[in-house]
Amino acid sequence: MAITAGIDAGAKNTKVVILREDVVVGRGTNPTGFALSEAVEKAFVLALEEAGITRDQVDRIVATGAGRKAVHLAQGNVTEVTADARGANRLMPSARTVIDVGAEEGRGISIDERGVLVDSAVNEKCAAGAGAFTEAMARALEIPLEDIGELSLQSTKSIDMNAQCTVFAESELVTLVHSNTATADIARSVHDAISSRITSMVRRVGLEPEVMLIGGVGYNVGFKKSLEEDLGMKVTVPEYPEYVTALGAAIIAKEQLGGA
Amino acid sequence: MAGEDKPEYWRWPESRWTNPDLDWKAGDIITAGVDVGSVSSQAAIMVDGQLFAYSNMRTGSNSPDSAVNAMDWALKDTGMTLDDINYVVGTGYGRVNVPFSNRAITEIACHARGGNFMYGPTVRTILDMGGQDCKAIRCDGRGKVEEFLMNDKCAAGTGRGMEVFADLLSVPIQDVGEMSLDIDEEPNPVSSTCVVFAKTEATGLLREGWPKEKVLAAYCSAMAHRVVTLLERLGVEEDFAITGGIAKNRGVVKRLEDELGITTLEPRYDTQIAGAVGAALFAEALVKKQRKQAGG
Amino acid sequence: MRANYGYTDGSGEWYITIDTNKCDGCRACEEVCPEGCFAIEVDDYDDEVAMVTEDQRKKIKYSCGPCKPVGKEHVEPCHEACPHGAIEHSW
Repeated sequence: MAITAGIDAGAKNTKVVILREDVVVGRGTNPTGFALSEAVEKAFVLALEEAGITRDQVDRIVATGAGRKAVHLAQGNVTEVTADARGANRLMPSARTVIDVGAEEGRGISIDERGVLVDSAVNEKCAAGAGAFTEAMARALEIPLEDIGELSLQSTKSIDMNAQCTVFAESELVTLVHSNTATADIARSVHDAISSRITSMVRRVGLEPEVMLIGGVGYNVGFKKSLEEDLGMKVTVPEYPEYVTALGAAIIAKEQLGGA
Repeated sequence: MAGEDKPEYWRWPESRWTNPDLDWKAGDIITAGVDVGSVSSQAAIMVDGQLFAYSNMRTGSNSPDSAVNAMDWALKDTGMTLDDINYVVGTGYGRVNVPFSNRAITEIACHARGGNFMYGPTVRTILDMGGQDCKAIRCDGRGKVEEFLMNDKCAAGTGRGMEVFADLLSVPIQDVGEMSLDIDEEPNPVSSTCVVFAKTEATGLLREGWPKEKVLAAYCSAMAHRVVTLLERLGVEEDFAITGGIAKNRGVVKRLEDELGITTLEPRYDTQIAGAVGAALFAEALVKKQRKQAGG
Repeated sequence: MRANYGYTDGSGEWYITIDTNKCDGCRACEEVCPEGCFAIEVDDYDDEVAMVTEDQRKKIKYSCGPCKPVGKEHVEPCHEACPHGAIEHSW
């Protein structure tokens, strides 16, 4: 019985998935912070504990994510888009469009029925196109990041946010707060803003149903709602959306072992 | 709101100036330019094409009041009133909200014209690094724009980006430039362009034990590099001048000069008044045009 | 005048360049752009020329996205519509 692991060394969090044959038996996560190796080790140990195995039992490890080349535990690495495609396909074979919004990057991916990557587009190196935008806005609103999604669902009207830069949007948001705009409406405008940027990126790869949203932002119900409105399509968020990339890497590790 | 007691590291000094050798009452055409930017506002008054007075101050919560305040401060103690001014041109982000203006003209055109006056007709490339935008302008010997690009979408390369760093490191903004030069060896620039990501990177560097000076050096050089890429789209033709608030930051200017391999023209006035001066010059030309049309 | 509308941010350079010396203000770009990126206006030197509208200047990477599909041959409708070849994209 092959046991493999996928390690997704993301900009913000490192995620590990352990697969026994085709079943997920362990997950672990730890903030990446400024010490990647430490984060990888901690997340890996957590996943091993949950799986109830020792590290010697793991046959192969594949890394992915921004820090994938610095994951010394791994025997190989794959790009995030390749891992995303494989992970999403495993969870939902009908998925043709995968949207992965992480802390520092947003990706739109089109995949075929076998989970092979067709095209991809990335929003990178600009916080306005990634989860960092929502985080900064939650901070400016002085509410926990986990709450901004639910809060925006209570909004009764939409407001346009003019600023396209996270730094400028922070000031715009403070102005809105001072002019007594309802916090729920501001929260919605935050999600509408990031959703419109993600949508235009996704349209570049061609939008085909079914659409799957993965990455940590998948937990944000407010963003999901804005995205569904912008895309004009239902969006499915799997259980544990932040682990899908690591799952894809673990699946690839198993394929690389052969005899699949 | 939290952090009310925190010193305001971003605050920069305001300035005003009056030409002591100029008798405005003997003048024929008196015009003014008012540049209402998102962070700072300036008023410049010209008498027969000579600079008579200017003011440079922080923009308040609304554009019309900021325009009035800048104008009042420039006029202060000169004996001149708004009624003595023949024509006023508004420019900048708030140009359509200057209550007493006769016309609005974009900041691009005004900067080119003002730069031509302030630095002389040999200036061909003007880089304006403002509070919330960055403009690169190539102009002819008469100060007419030949090519421009303006970046007001992204905070990187603007005064705002510098404010974020001044705040992060608790360094008064006017000290950033000198401090960033107080280093033994030039560090690699911060690799992220995005201010949000650069801030995360800088936090990591501080945690590694970098002194503030070195972190500022890494940021100033990243900012210089970023602006060079903007300039490269236009092609830098000499003479070259930098205007705006960041022109006062030696840490950015020196690194920019080093990377481009050229020197910038020495400023003779406050570097933030180029837009207002250009607007006043446009105003003067418009008065002459009106008189010509009325006369003939 | 070569007018570069757009921006450089962390993700790259995103500009629409309009050569106002070539533009005669015919409005072809304005009519064809699905996102309403163009408008014909009087500039500071009193010429009636095409410009990129104020609200689009900060998001053209996104606005122009649908006309620039990944991995497919394409010609931007605005480039094709302009009879004088006055419009360029930087990416």
